[in-house]
Amino acid sequence: MTNEQLSAYLSARFPDVEIKQGVQYLEITVPAVNLHDVARHLKDTAELAFDYLVCLSGVDYPEYISVVYHLESTKHSHFLVMKVKTKDRQDSSIDTVCDVWPTAEFHEREVYDLLGVKFNNHPDLRRLFLDENWGFPLRKDYVDEVHIVAR
Amino acid sequence: MGISTKKEFETNDFPILDQYEGGSIILTQLDALVNWARANSVWPLTFGTRCCAIEFMAVGASRHDMARFGYEVARATPRQADMIIISGSINYKMAPVLKRLYDQIADPKYVIAMGACAVSGGPFFYNSYSIVKGADHVIPVDIYVPGCPPRPEALLFAFLQLQKKIKREKNFKKNLVK
Repeated sequence: MTNEQLSAYLSARFPDVEIKQGVQYLEITVPAVNLHDVARHLKDTAELAFDYLVCLSGVDYPEYISVVYHLESTKHSHFLVMKVKTKDRQDSSIDTVCDVWPTAEFHEREVYDLLGVKFNNHPDLRRLFLDENWGFPLRKDYVDEVHIVAR
Repeated sequence: MGISTKKEFETNDFPILDQYEGGSIILTQLDALVNWARANSVWPLTFGTRCCAIEFMAVGASRHDMARFGYEVARATPRQADMIIISGSINYKMAPVLKRLYDQIADPKYVIAMGACAVSGGPFFYNSYSIVKGADHVIPVDIYVPGCPPRPEALLFAFLQLQKKIKREKNFKKNLVK
């Protein structure tokens, strides 16, 4: 599908989803409650078939934390960017997509490790790189008097 | 060789050979022999933490060829190595491992800090929560090689400097000024 066809399909199927044409890819912003349903639909529907989660990343905004999913279909060669916003920075929890794309397991552990996003129903949400008592260093308000030489 | 009557040295400070006439000449020659052997067979540890390790590999390859200076036998265990090249940044999780590797190398042991990260933290000096600000916070460093990464020639120069340092060592006259 082209980006226009994808946009038309998704706006008809998911009225809650915001759709915006980015520089290169179509970007959709999904409400956190619908995330798992949308992800499952994107993966399992034959004409979409987003079977490849290219990248899962977290972004720290002043009001909330966003998780961004870059999706590709190896069958149809189309691409989609899906964004989810957490409720706020303190209560940052969204559903996992591990059961849809198994590669998300380690990506979500990394996002949890560095940004502190809790992924509900994740099978093994432990720290990936850092020690248990470490903070979430990629948050903008992270302070570490000992290790960081601030400038 | 008869027993020397010279009393300008404290007898206990030196090995027994030094008490005889001509003994110090033998010791000097022994030093030169041992240092020649050590300086031309410095075996580095196979240790690379970041992109400087790629440059280290280039130095080992045929174009630059560190085998010309006796450095070619990179050992995969610290127990067989004489020298560690810190090629890349050391983060706080890696620092205890580096210390343990250094402790496992048998004396005499030498350290080359290769590249800006190992010298001072380099580009990660400011606002980094994870990078040690210079590997000399963890283990003592003999030679610092600046660069990001250093050219292979710079590392070869460091090898030559380390050889000069090794050749100056006094192994048998412990109390002489080095």
